[in-house]
Amino acid sequence: MNNIIFINSIRFIVLILIQALVLNNINFLGYINPYIYVLFVLLYPIKNNRMLFIFLSFLLGLTLDMFLDSGGVNAAASVTIAYIRPLFLKFSFGASYEHQTVKFSNTEFGQRFTYISFLVLIHHLILFSLEIFNVSQILLILKKTLFSSIFTILLCLIITILFSRKSK
Amino acid sequence: MQQLLNFFIRNKTFLLYVLLFSIAVFFTIQSHSYHKSKFINSANFLTGGIYESVSNVEHYFDLKEENKKLLEENNRLKSLLYNENQTLNIDTLMLPNFKLIPALVSKNSYTSQNNYLTLNKGTSDGVYEDQGVITSNGVVGIIDNTSNGYSRVISILNTNSQINAKLKKSNHIGTLKWDGKSPFVAQLTDIQGLAKIEIADTITTSGNSNTFPKGILIGTVKNFELSQTEDTYSIDVQLSNDMTNIGHVHIIENLNAEELKSLESNE
Repeated sequence: MNNIIFINSIRFIVLILIQALVLNNINFLGYINPYIYVLFVLLYPIKNNRMLFIFLSFLLGLTLDMFLDSGGVNAAASVTIAYIRPLFLKFSFGASYEHQTVKFSNTEFGQRFTYISFLVLIHHLILFSLEIFNVSQILLILKKTLFSSIFTILLCLIITILFSRKSK
Repeated sequence: MQQLLNFFIRNKTFLLYVLLFSIAVFFTIQSHSYHKSKFINSANFLTGGIYESVSNVEHYFDLKEENKKLLEENNRLKSLLYNENQTLNIDTLMLPNFKLIPALVSKNSYTSQNNYLTLNKGTSDGVYEDQGVITSNGVVGIIDNTSNGYSRVISILNTNSQINAKLKKSNHIGTLKWDGKSPFVAQLTDIQGLAKIEIADTITTSGNSNTFPKGILIGTVKNFELSQTEDTYSIDVQLSNDMTNIGHVHIIENLNAEELKSLESNE
């Protein structure tokens, strides 16, 4: 149990630092940055205290907002995906989620891919809508969402594959 | 009462979510209006400190370029000094109007709609809100938040920023804004339709506000067009500063700011 708390605290801090100091300076093609800090929300243990989980996600986003001077956009986006996460867990992993036996390292690639993609897309859509905050720029919002999502999803998949403890 | 309590207990996760989401949206809306984002900003002990320690390392990597910039500026200042008319005596009674404070940029952004820089100087070094920030190439932005050791700058590349500017050759005055597209091009609006403008004309600060002294370079005219009613121009300005690469900056302190402010409030 303590081990889980320890891993998640480390993950929280490391993801924020990597995001603020490295990934936000990539600016691929001028504006594309991956936002892999959502991995904290994606990989948070499934058996959890939901209130605490939502609050931690909010804290994660808000700390990042402090680093990036972006108001509260990251907080809003990450608290939303934390709230709707059970829905997508059920959708992507189906029965095994119902029985509370999902372990991310043991899931099929396809299931994991749909799970990550949906949550990342929703996260980015909220993030960029609030950041740009202008309906007349809807094309820019969609463009940023699409390209950054592709980048984020790729990185998230690579990281989950690299860091999963294999039991083959 | 019992039912109400039951309702809260049953929906506590949803209510918590709604509460946190509204707080986040509240901060977002605040950050979209000038001078209001007080709580969540990078000019604080934690983020400022982390950014500073990282930038301490990063600055080693562009020492060569910084040296080149310094050499060029020294060169320009020396040539000014040697070619100056010696008859121009400095009046000892005249106090200087502006004081410059050197600072290092710890964090710079230029890809979002509202970009900010974080500097490693704060109130303990005499840095306060509304002071201007420049480099040797031109204007960078205006200080908007300070803590003890750090300060945050609203970059020119911020859709909320408004800076007084003028055409150098004809003194027509306008407002410099940014449309959020290219980090190399800003927009100058409200220039009188009578003004004669040519491509590559110089744009400088106007000196009408207390923030910047007169005549600091902003950029050159890239292209321009007359508005539909033909009374004002909107001009694309090629910024003289490369906003994507800023290391050393100067913060301008207007020593008469207090006096000017109290004069203006008397009117």
